[in-house]
Amino acid sequence: MDKYFHSVTLDEGRCRGCTNCIKRCPTEAIRVRKSKARIINERCIDCGECIRICPYHAKKAISDPFESILSYKYRIAIPAPTLYGQFKSNYTRAHILSGLKGLGFNEVYEVARAAEIVSEATRRIIEEENFLRPLISSACPAVVRLIQVRFPNLIGNILKLESPMEVAAKIIKKEIINKNIAQPDDIGVFFITPCAAKVTSVKAPYEKARSAVDGVIAINDIFLKLTNAINSIKPDKSLEQAGFEGIRWASSGGESLALGSDKHLAVDGIHNVITILEEIEKDRLEDVDFVEALACVGGCLGGPLTVENAYVAKTRLKKHIDNAKKGHVAKHIPFDKYEEIIWTSDLKHRPIMKLDEDIAAAMRKLERMEKINMELPGLDCGACGAPSCRALAEDIVRGNADETDCIFKLRSKVRDLAMQMAELEAKMPPVMDRNMTNNEGDDRK
Amino acid sequence: MSDSIINLSYNIPANDFTFAGEASSNVKKMLSQLGINPMVIKRAAIAMYEAEINAVIHGGGGIADIQISPEKIFICIKDEGPGIPDVEVAMQEGYSTAPEYIREMGFGAGMGLPNIKRYADELQIDTEVGKGTTVKITININ
Repeated sequence: MDKYFHSVTLDEGRCRGCTNCIKRCPTEAIRVRKSKARIINERCIDCGECIRICPYHAKKAISDPFESILSYKYRIAIPAPTLYGQFKSNYTRAHILSGLKGLGFNEVYEVARAAEIVSEATRRIIEEENFLRPLISSACPAVVRLIQVRFPNLIGNILKLESPMEVAAKIIKKEIINKNIAQPDDIGVFFITPCAAKVTSVKAPYEKARSAVDGVIAINDIFLKLTNAINSIKPDKSLEQAGFEGIRWASSGGESLALGSDKHLAVDGIHNVITILEEIEKDRLEDVDFVEALACVGGCLGGPLTVENAYVAKTRLKKHIDNAKKGHVAKHIPFDKYEEIIWTSDLKHRPIMKLDEDIAAAMRKLERMEKINMELPGLDCGACGAPSCRALAEDIVRGNADETDCIFKLRSKVRDLAMQMAELEAKMPPVMDRNMTNNEGDDRK
Repeated sequence: MSDSIINLSYNIPANDFTFAGEASSNVKKMLSQLGINPMVIKRAAIAMYEAEINAVIHGGGGIADIQISPEKIFICIKDEGPGIPDVEVAMQEGYSTAPEYIREMGFGAGMGLPNIKRYADELQIDTEVGKGTTVKITININ
């Protein structure tokens, strides 16, 4: 595995080298070089903002192709609750879940069900009062990675419980093995994902050594097939296991509401999330026990790999929430203790902004950077390939760019050069200089 | 070692909350580019932010001068406001002279100076009624 696995990648053929993505990226992780957007691996948090903003669809998420399920004898689908919001509301969850079975999965288990288990464990952690205030949800891996690179002081505030996706995979795998339905090696658990960040979570997890999920299929990859399957299958009501609390997780605020306390704050959209994390870092967020922060506007329903508009999906999801029986909500944890779903490894701060390992050298670079920045036009036009003038100044001191990458700087250099050329052109060799244009009276001695 | 000190200076506008906190957030960004320990950055950023807000609310604006060396961060926030009649009282948590409209914006909770004290390694407040206040904060890097 590479040092930095990323799901978000570039489709070179489609990229025109415009500046839309560089300006949108929350970690300034993209530069345009040779007419192509380049992602700086150590900075990317796989939030998917660039996928959403790219007008040419040149940014994509690497996920597993549907056919990859065929490499397992016993196939289990674990759909994110976001999936339910993608279909017209005359389809029930039973239709959608049965449709997945119709596509070739032997079993389905709702991630929404596991979300309820995570909610119950969270409630217990808050009851025990054994946490740094405010607790920050770890449901969105892009937000967790954002904290890792930009808010190291908040690493201790992260709720270190495995995600509903991991919990779902663990539970259903265990169940199938315990019931002797299939051998561990034959089981493939596939998450049906609304986002790229989850793909990265499976391929390169930060919370443990290895993910319990075997593959990740994008909602927009499976959608057409699934629509066809739904129309040709009889819905099995018994597949509906989750209660309304778990289904609500798909939407921003859902995880918070499940906690049953009003000391929570729900924020969505990565740039809004940054504002709130800054407030927390300044100790300015009072009376809040729990912060639910989701990178996509609208929460997971706004994920870059969904097919339906987030607001339309929200209305559709509401119907599923209303239909879900309240009695279904998991109030017990099917593990001995919730400790079983606590992270086994921890996040380490990745100081991506650091200019140099040596502080004195970093100071010299910072000073030079400030000086360069002052002389740049301050238009943040992006034509140099960096998201802002300040970022260009930073790239220059890091040795990754040149001052003349700025078209305004280049223009003024060309102008200086042109003036010099005009001046030179006006000079005459002395032997031809009858009118003494060079130096009046030429007093050279 | 004059080459290994970074000097920064910012104007703090009076009663302008659109700019409030901008100087401290700039300084915070620079400190993270220097690769300074995140906890130290947090302390410096909060202490400076509180002093900056005080200058905005009470001081009629002012000037922030910052010196960063490999050993410490020195922050000096100077205003020509009304001054503090009794520093000891002002240092008490919850003591505030901020008007109601400022409190409604979520500022002026009487935590400014106590927070600065909490996060600074050294704190010096020079103040004179009618003349102004200078808050000098030192944060050690190591």
